[in-house]
Amino acid sequence: MSGDLAAVDSPDAAPSPAWDRLTVHQKQVVWAWLFLAVPIVFYVVIRFWPTADAMWLSFTNWNLLRPAHFVGFKNYAKLFHDPVFWKVFRNTFTYLIIGTPVSLIISFVVAFQLEKVRFLHGLIRALYFLPFLTTAAALAWVWRWFYQPVPVGFINNVLTHVGLPAQPFLRSTTEALPSVLASAVWAGLGFQIVIFMAGLRAIPQTYYEAARIDGVSGWGILTRITLPLLKPTIVFLVVFSSIGFLRIFDQVYNMTTNDPGGPLNSTKPLVLMIYQTAFSSFDMGYAAAQTVVLFLILLTVSLVQLRILRDR
Amino acid sequence: MIRRIFGASWAAVLSFPLLLGAAAPAGAVEIQYWQYVFDARIKAMDALIANFEKANPDITVTQTTFPYADYQTKVAAAITAGQGPDVVQFYYGWLDNFKTGKLIQPLPQDAFPHEQIEKEFFPIISAMKADSEYWGLPTAVRSLALFYNKKIFQDAGLDPNSPPTTLDALVDAAVKTAKHDDGGNITSEGLAVDMGAQDHQWWREVLLRQFGGVPYNDDYTKVTYDDEHGLAALKWYTDLTTVHKVGQSGFMDEAQAAFKGGRAAMVIDGSFRLGSFKDIKDFEWGVAELPEKDGIKSNYVSYWVNGLAANSSGEKLAAAEKFLTYITSPEAMQIWLETVGELPAKPELALTDENTNDPIYGPFLKGLQYGHTTLFVDESAQRQTAIDMVNRIILENQDPKASLDEAAAAEQQILDEHHM
Repeated sequence: MSGDLAAVDSPDAAPSPAWDRLTVHQKQVVWAWLFLAVPIVFYVVIRFWPTADAMWLSFTNWNLLRPAHFVGFKNYAKLFHDPVFWKVFRNTFTYLIIGTPVSLIISFVVAFQLEKVRFLHGLIRALYFLPFLTTAAALAWVWRWFYQPVPVGFINNVLTHVGLPAQPFLRSTTEALPSVLASAVWAGLGFQIVIFMAGLRAIPQTYYEAARIDGVSGWGILTRITLPLLKPTIVFLVVFSSIGFLRIFDQVYNMTTNDPGGPLNSTKPLVLMIYQTAFSSFDMGYAAAQTVVLFLILLTVSLVQLRILRDR
Repeated sequence: MIRRIFGASWAAVLSFPLLLGAAAPAGAVEIQYWQYVFDARIKAMDALIANFEKANPDITVTQTTFPYADYQTKVAAAITAGQGPDVVQFYYGWLDNFKTGKLIQPLPQDAFPHEQIEKEFFPIISAMKADSEYWGLPTAVRSLALFYNKKIFQDAGLDPNSPPTTLDALVDAAVKTAKHDDGGNITSEGLAVDMGAQDHQWWREVLLRQFGGVPYNDDYTKVTYDDEHGLAALKWYTDLTTVHKVGQSGFMDEAQAAFKGGRAAMVIDGSFRLGSFKDIKDFEWGVAELPEKDGIKSNYVSYWVNGLAANSSGEKLAAAEKFLTYITSPEAMQIWLETVGELPAKPELALTDENTNDPIYGPFLKGLQYGHTTLFVDESAQRQTAIDMVNRIILENQDPKASLDEAAAAEQQILDEHHM
């Protein structure tokens, strides 16, 4: 068998004695590793090596132009004393703490109700999913237009038309972040609804039938059967959407390009700060330190969520 | 047999460059020119390259462009990696970074003698001299002026041919032309305000000086605007929004969009905006010199230069020098003026009677003669300090003095970090 294979592989190469001495099983292992090596090498080169490099850079003063010099923890000390960083840190967690529950509750309610609708079910589901297929930048620009002051802004035109005061929305330090967040929640809704619906369908109907025969109320069915059995879906969506909100960038950047992350840093998330430090001020070492902090936050939040939601 | 085929193809691969070399005409040199994406500039450069190649058939110039946002990163990465352009365009404010990063080389004095540069170009060229060498030459320079909508002026009962010449007259005209709805919302601005656009330059180099202040010390290493003059200039600027209510940042998204859409009577903008405003069909507009105060005139002048990339050498460098000479020649400057709307960098060419009497170019050209050039170390970060300074007053009702001090401290920190 092995001799045949060798003959097919390279007709005019002499069979290597070392290869022939291996058993069939050993050869299978070698081949398995050979195939596995492709994605491993790929990930090492495009993921792990740059990650390690970023960690090294965070201890240097590299600015793209001069060679990197080791500066110890200077970048981290600077970060710790930078008021903008703490503002940005709070913003990032505001996106997470408001965005994740709000988007999950809305998408669950929609999915739960949509399950009961038979009329135009497919169309309605498609409409909810549509925003997820659209480029974030395009969505952001449309929302940016919604939020404009009169005479061009859609929402403000409606407000003033019915006699309500116009709102500053993106031009306010208090309203800007929720305004940006609303568009981000809306954009991600379709995906979460579809996942929730798949989760709901996976719950066997027999449980519901048994509960109804026993006379359990609708609320009881929801809290005792639906939600507990949806737990794997909820865990997945919580982790997935948390990472999404912690990494929010496109929406913010495109809705505030005139003053990125503004006004007065009120909408700036960590990723945008990293982007500006790296590609506008070219302070690569400092940007790398921010990236390492973001990595640690993502790692901690994901691990904590997985642990809490699994044990309960 | 397979090996033999492989062997033969390797030989072919190895000899391929040789074949290519043989096919190209003897003595031909190909050089790279890099700039950022801006339609009019690309078109102008295409025209210049065509003219240059006609005159120098042995040199081919390839133009490569990148979006502005990535431009600096791409230039730095490419040149550091030993590739990239031979002639590179960069903003005057980047000189310090480009020089210390060894991205560019000084202009050779035999091809570009210093006395000739100093004699032929506007004095602002001094910003390109460092370590007693010149590092780049501009094709064109830009200054600011007041754009005004003649139709709105006429509708408001103002003379469409006498735009405001003083700051007081500017406020007066802005108040008369601004329109509001019943809820007090602006529906058409008197003067479009946008600190993120050109207003921060106007505030720094023009308003500040007109209110008796100075923005920086002579070598631009110290912020000097946190005094009563700076405060007066800042208050005058924020009053446009808070007291006179003639403009509002973010109205129609951008100041230039408000003007272009016919919803702003006036806007301060640069000569580079001429190309875009030429498309306006709905109304007639005019250009005026920036309004003066107590007889003090000022302007902000900026420019892009073309320099020689550090890795260019040998016959490529010789070709690059030739190309640089051409694109900073009077002929090139005239083409640039006509295509892009930016002003020639040599007074001899810029200040002709025809140009200075031109109703559009004239006001910009006059501004060049008394304008100032800010030496930025990180333009977007320094601009941000100005944006935030105004936002703190308008959005958070912060005391103007406190906001001014905070801005000065933040900008000083940016300067210190760069100069340490």
